Amino acid sequence: MNKILLIIQREYLSRVKKKSFLLTTFLVPLFFIGMYVGIFFITKSSFEDSKAIVYVLDNTKEIGKQLKNTDQITFTESAEDLNSQIQEIKDLKGNTNILLIAEDFFKTHDIQFLSSGKPNINTQSDVEAQLETILLNYQYKELNIDADKINTIDTKVNTAAKEITETGEAKDSDTRIAMGIAMGLSVLIYLSLFLYGAQVMRGIIEEKSNRIIEVIISSVKPFQLMMGKIIGIGLVGITQFLLWIILSFTLFTAATNTFINKEDLQNEIMQNGAQTEGAANADFISNISTAMSSVNIPELLISFFLFFIGGYLLYSALFAAVGSAVDSETEANQFTMPITTPLLLAYLLSFGVLINNPHGPIALWLSFIPLTSPIAMLVRIPFGVPTWQIALSFIILVAGFILTTWIAARIYRVGILMYGKKASFKELIKWFSYKG
Amino acid sequence: MLDIHNIVKQYANHKALDDVTIHIPKGKIFGLLGPNGAGKTSLIRIINQITAPDSGKIIFDGEELNSSHIGRIGYLPEERGLYKKMQIGEQMVYLAQLKGLKKQEAKEKIKYWFEKLNIESWWDKKVEDLSKGMQQKVQFVATVLHEPELIILDEPFSGFDPVNAQVIQDEILELNKKGTTIIYSTHRMESVEALCDHIALLNKSKVILEGSVKEIKDKYRNQSYKIEYNLKPTVSSILTEHELWKNIEQVNNEPNTLMIQINEGKTLNDVLFNLMPQIEVQQIFEIVPSMHEIFIDKVTDKK
Repeated sequence: MNKILLIIQREYLSRVKKKSFLLTTFLVPLFFIGMYVGIFFITKSSFEDSKAIVYVLDNTKEIGKQLKNTDQITFTESAEDLNSQIQEIKDLKGNTNILLIAEDFFKTHDIQFLSSGKPNINTQSDVEAQLETILLNYQYKELNIDADKINTIDTKVNTAAKEITETGEAKDSDTRIAMGIAMGLSVLIYLSLFLYGAQVMRGIIEEKSNRIIEVIISSVKPFQLMMGKIIGIGLVGITQFLLWIILSFTLFTAATNTFINKEDLQNEIMQNGAQTEGAANADFISNISTAMSSVNIPELLISFFLFFIGGYLLYSALFAAVGSAVDSETEANQFTMPITTPLLLAYLLSFGVLINNPHGPIALWLSFIPLTSPIAMLVRIPFGVPTWQIALSFIILVAGFILTTWIAARIYRVGILMYGKKASFKELIKWFSYKG
Repeated sequence: MLDIHNIVKQYANHKALDDVTIHIPKGKIFGLLGPNGAGKTSLIRIINQITAPDSGKIIFDGEELNSSHIGRIGYLPEERGLYKKMQIGEQMVYLAQLKGLKKQEAKEKIKYWFEKLNIESWWDKKVEDLSKGMQQKVQFVATVLHEPELIILDEPFSGFDPVNAQVIQDEILELNKKGTTIIYSTHRMESVEALCDHIALLNKSKVILEGSVKEIKDKYRNQSYKIEYNLKPTVSSILTEHELWKNIEQVNNEPNTLMIQINEGKTLNDVLFNLMPQIEVQQIFEIVPSMHEIFIDKVTDKK
């Protein structure tokens, strides 16, 4: 037992002390923060770019007056004729446009929109929207409808989506949020099982090709070496996760406070989206918070760690068996493919079947089969899964990893001593059946 | 020290060890010989408890071999290596700890050995920065560090230059003098006679020869002698009685030398008595077969 601790310690420290570990641990959150800041500035500058000047050549002599300046668009009524106006703006940089309104606009609804560069879609649609409002009001008047009365009509439906739980009480539920969380978890689990499982495999191939393996296993049991490596690398994974969470959180908070003045941001949003959109945003935010409260966060976090650890142990044991059977990473591909197929399947299905029908038969089966349950069960949990199902799935997962570890250990102890022998699946089965 | 009883190890389609019984006496250097694929490494791995035999048992110092003996055995495998990216000192401490040494104890012993072999300055280096021969030296230290009672060396000299090979050979002899039992596995015979007290010869999974080097060589003596002489002035050629020898021949390039293999029941004295009137004997050598010859003889014989 003491020796397994020594191995875990070496596997852990030798990885955590590596420069590449520090680099990825610190750079990944920085990368995300960088993206966040970058997106903000790009969005902000694109708002500024879209400030437009529109010269209005109004042949109806009515509409020009009704166009209202906004933050993005300044309308200027022009008395010049089209050609001289074109000459005037054709060399101008920036968003400069001519709006030519035909004399019979109320009948034909025809306008021409000429831009000094490529027409800006936003400016164009803003102008169209204003013209549509003008047309609408004009037509109300034609039909003798009171526009003010029309505006008081309210058809908005407020839905309170509730899910009837087993105890019969109704619980707030919003599947959109659950979907988002589920998809995020499935990506995270998939990537990390792959990442750390492959590290176990690489570590074993390294020991084998270094030829240190025989020295080590004359001191410890092959099983101890394998488990030490798996646990050590698992701890590295958990360390990295925790550091990422902490770092991202701190950096995110810091970045939000330093780079982005919150009032600015809010103003920006308010001014850009018309008032109605602002209201919709507020609505949406309150929807999110009610939905979040319907997802059981502690349950989700605990399940995430349990299923990550279980899935990691299961898959890394298989990766370890592969690592012991081959001499180089390139040779390993033929074996990793079948191993990772169930994982890939669960991952791909999680975006379709699992999310659309999280309690259907396929989802149910996948969340109990240990090879797919780390992903499938986590995808289902945000939609609400009875605790007994989670517990049962986890127990099966534990049984699964005990089984794979046992199988892997039997292949491993033979494989690590086979140098330069090309392994096939038939060979692996033979190794598995060796005694002692 | 080590009694190996009727060990059988069967792999899928061949028997690696077939009823192998060997007695390895305490405090001796024991040569485990045999051509490639004879089963040497399989046997060594069983002694190191890396693999288990299908049947048979091994008695280590009076007890049946078990995991508590791991710390009392040192093993230098033929396929050897170290973690390339790890510092030498750190790596030595790790390997010693796996053998059951305390950290502090391990450090002191490593220092002692590093000073002894003049490699103190390597402590902070990484293995990848050392030459192959230097790595071998480090590996040797790792094998003997925990002062094992039994050291198993599988082709220990491969990869060493002659100078370092001598250094290592001297260390092996010194350890042996202090009472360490050593199993020396090789298929190169030159060093066997210089080092080994006892040997076992494995061929095709079976022990075909076992015993002390002296006994074996005695057994393989066949009364062959090389005699250098001067003819007495009156004699033109040598005549000996036919019943004295099995073989007699003049050595080609040396005019006054003859090789003779004496018949059973006759002695060198009989031959000399017969020859004395005709020649003046200058030197006589007994032709003792080398281990190399015995090895070749035994192995090819069995084919």
